Amino acid sequence: MCRLFAMTSEEPQTPMMVIQALDVMREGHDGSGVGLFFTDLGGPFEQLNGAPILSGIFSNEGLKRLDRFMMDVGFMTKYKISIKIPKKPPAGVPRRDIYLVRAYEYPEDWEGLTDKEIQHRLLATRLQLRKMGEEKQDMIVFSFWPDVIMIKEIGDPITVAEYLQLDRSDLQARVMLAQGRQNTNYAINLYACHPFFIQGVATMTNGENTAFVPIREFLMSRGFPGYIGYQSDSEVFTHILHYSLYRLGLGIEWYKHVITPLQDEDLEDHPNGSFLKELKHCCRKMIIDGPNCIMGCLPDKTLFVVQDRKKLRPAVVGGKPGLYVISSEMCGLDAAVPDRDKSLDFQPMHLDTAIIRPDRQEVKICRQTEPLPPLH
Amino acid sequence: MSANGTIAPSSLSIKDLPWQVHWDRDRCTLCGRCTAVCPVHAIELDVFRQRLVETPLGLTREPSNVYTVHYGIRQKTDPAHACIGCAMCNLVCPNDCIMPYRSDEADKLRYHINRGGQPRRRGGRRNVPVGILDQIKFTRISMLTDPALDAGRHEFELRTLLGRVLPPEKNLELQRQQGWIPPVREIYPLMIGSMSFGALSPNMWEGLQMGVAYLNEELGMPVRMATGEGGCPPRLLRSRFLKYVILQIASGYFGWDEIIHALPEMKEDPCAVEIKYGQGAKPGDGGLLMWYKVNELIAAIRGVPPGVSLPSPATHQTKYSIEESVAKMIQSMYMAWGFRVPVYPKISGTSTALAVLNNLTRNPYAAALCIDGEDGGTGAAYNVSMDHMGYPIASNIRDCYLNLARLGMQNEIPLIAAGGVGKRGNLAANAAALIMLGASAVQISKYIMQAAAGCIGSESDRCNVCNVGLCPKGITSQDPRLYRRLDPEKVAERVVDVFLSFDTELKKIMAPLGRSTSLPIGMSDALGINDKAAAERLQISFVV
Repeated sequence: MCRLFAMTSEEPQTPMMVIQALDVMREGHDGSGVGLFFTDLGGPFEQLNGAPILSGIFSNEGLKRLDRFMMDVGFMTKYKISIKIPKKPPAGVPRRDIYLVRAYEYPEDWEGLTDKEIQHRLLATRLQLRKMGEEKQDMIVFSFWPDVIMIKEIGDPITVAEYLQLDRSDLQARVMLAQGRQNTNYAINLYACHPFFIQGVATMTNGENTAFVPIREFLMSRGFPGYIGYQSDSEVFTHILHYSLYRLGLGIEWYKHVITPLQDEDLEDHPNGSFLKELKHCCRKMIIDGPNCIMGCLPDKTLFVVQDRKKLRPAVVGGKPGLYVISSEMCGLDAAVPDRDKSLDFQPMHLDTAIIRPDRQEVKICRQTEPLPPLH
Repeated sequence: MSANGTIAPSSLSIKDLPWQVHWDRDRCTLCGRCTAVCPVHAIELDVFRQRLVETPLGLTREPSNVYTVHYGIRQKTDPAHACIGCAMCNLVCPNDCIMPYRSDEADKLRYHINRGGQPRRRGGRRNVPVGILDQIKFTRISMLTDPALDAGRHEFELRTLLGRVLPPEKNLELQRQQGWIPPVREIYPLMIGSMSFGALSPNMWEGLQMGVAYLNEELGMPVRMATGEGGCPPRLLRSRFLKYVILQIASGYFGWDEIIHALPEMKEDPCAVEIKYGQGAKPGDGGLLMWYKVNELIAAIRGVPPGVSLPSPATHQTKYSIEESVAKMIQSMYMAWGFRVPVYPKISGTSTALAVLNNLTRNPYAAALCIDGEDGGTGAAYNVSMDHMGYPIASNIRDCYLNLARLGMQNEIPLIAAGGVGKRGNLAANAAALIMLGASAVQISKYIMQAAAGCIGSESDRCNVCNVGLCPKGITSQDPRLYRRLDPEKVAERVVDVFLSFDTELKKIMAPLGRSTSLPIGMSDALGINDKAAAERLQISFVV
């Protein structure tokens, strides 16, 4: 079972904070991968005014193809960080040419486009690059989005972080997600490494998704180009969240009602019961069956954690105003925020969604049996 | 054969019959119960002449013949009275001295069972005892990667939806606009399939209804039962129990006068309306209730004269095309209940099922599609239809599900699978396999007759006289002397037993797969089969 760690902090932090927390929980991952997601960036990336950042791994040949492609589209490099890697990778970490984190100026002809159109084109560009990379095995693209950096690699988290020298001042973020992978059912493939990302939505999961195949069939038949991949059964959680946010217009409080709807007798007593019953019927194909704990970040930098209906996975939320953490295990939380009021730690159960808004002032617990905010 | 008999083309010996009745003279008390109970009068009390040769000790006189007679049971060889193997004789025999045995070779009766130019008609199922569903295994067992659940202690939600399920975007949009959303019923995934009041005896029907009502009202299991083509008793139509009933309309429209008259007085809407276009046991053939079973009561409910055969047309005579059938008929039936009741078609398993399904996908009202495979049972059909017509349910339902998935409409039109489910007794395993192949629900009919009422029919041509009203258990007879053998209360009790044990077994299948929150519809990654061709055809794993 993978180990997950998410944090949101008023002060930008370096990636080592989450890496160290993962290392404390090392019993739960097997070195088959580490995935990092950074947003609400600090340091030099804070000044980029919404320029999209491309994150991925490239061979030298792949980088040349990338540059040609981006030039043709009209993207100009605005800022990049160079990760100088030692010649010999540590045991268990494959040899790569380039770990790329590069921000681009938008093409001139994108000026005047609506936000929605820009978001659509960024997604299309990422998918195009991914497709090109899969053809020649020379590019792996994780994200292409403003204010988002992703780094993934096979290996033990702390070893990988030291190898990539992630303890650096130009790589800082206020919101981070990190996963130490315990490989279970699928091949060790970086596209199967969490967190998963699509249009500002990122989630990571532990456990196994036993309802994976029917959910995948449903998502792939939505006619949305981004719903592809699925090298991991957990990628569907990101896409369901994206679908419910973007396509259904449902906020995070509704997410759990989509993936783990209440049983009928509870719906009878619910203030929004009739609406939720309809939602349960029409979103039936997206009901998950766990065992999973899902942590994630929304486009507005809100962090959240939910459990499946069976609550067979651990998770704890805690911290103090200005710094909150969601961790698979208590020891991860202890390592990250030792000086918190522990009596306020919260372990979400089968009806809870724990939400930390971008103001980072409190953990809001949203129980499924409570009334829901009005829909817009 | 008697000494002065003649041999005609259809003269058969007992050896030529499919069943030979063995009778033990030593144990027989000549009580006559067996001859009285035999539904086809295959045995009779008869006189047997016996010759004994007496040779006195020491030959003090010449040996002589002594002629005696004794009484015993004789099996008739007339094709009209051939033993059907029901073994009621054994059931009633106080000394277990009589028993039918199957012939050790193929019978010759089959060549002579069309006297008067009438091909054989019978009830029951296709005479093939094995099926693909029993070969399917559940292979994706949760081991260390995720915990298997506890079937006995865990919380399960075994429910399915019957009704047109809109895509999420459309549903939410209509909710915001307060528009019409098609009615959807949340029901138990195992339904009692269509068996008409007429095909079944009043006691059997009442027993099923009582069992279903108990399951719903006492045990909270939303089990539903379809009526078949034959209407409903008027009191049921006006009772609260109608909500557990799926009314069927078929090409004969039998019973619908009564239903329409009851409409203004209905306390509850029915669960759904099923339009029968076909039946798995006799695809492309209409319903059939033979005259033997059309007594006063049945005639009154169906609105026909008593004592005449009731063959429904092979197709709805008022419809000339699929768009008419699908659009007009479904919409008219919706209209009858103010668009509050889901309406869905039932068809025979067929290679044209996809064409029907594609048509339904373009009709916003179609609430489901029920496909009845070739192994389905019937109360009356021509033997040739039963044994040689039809399409297996497994690949038919799979094709339809994958087609819906391709269209992005999986489960929007729930697929109901029927036809031979549990025919070898493995009800839960068969049902779970069909659900994981893509069925949203499963219907059983013959199984419930076997399990809840003791139907003795089998897929090796045992009994199968449902069509002539001679059912020795009183399940499919309209003769009070026969159906009084069946206690409706006991039938209801067995219905409840069947559903409760099915529920436990289904959990025992789902829990090791790590599933409990929703029915694993289309979870094909859990299935495997030891047959490469079948695995390829069904798109499931090949495992050896």
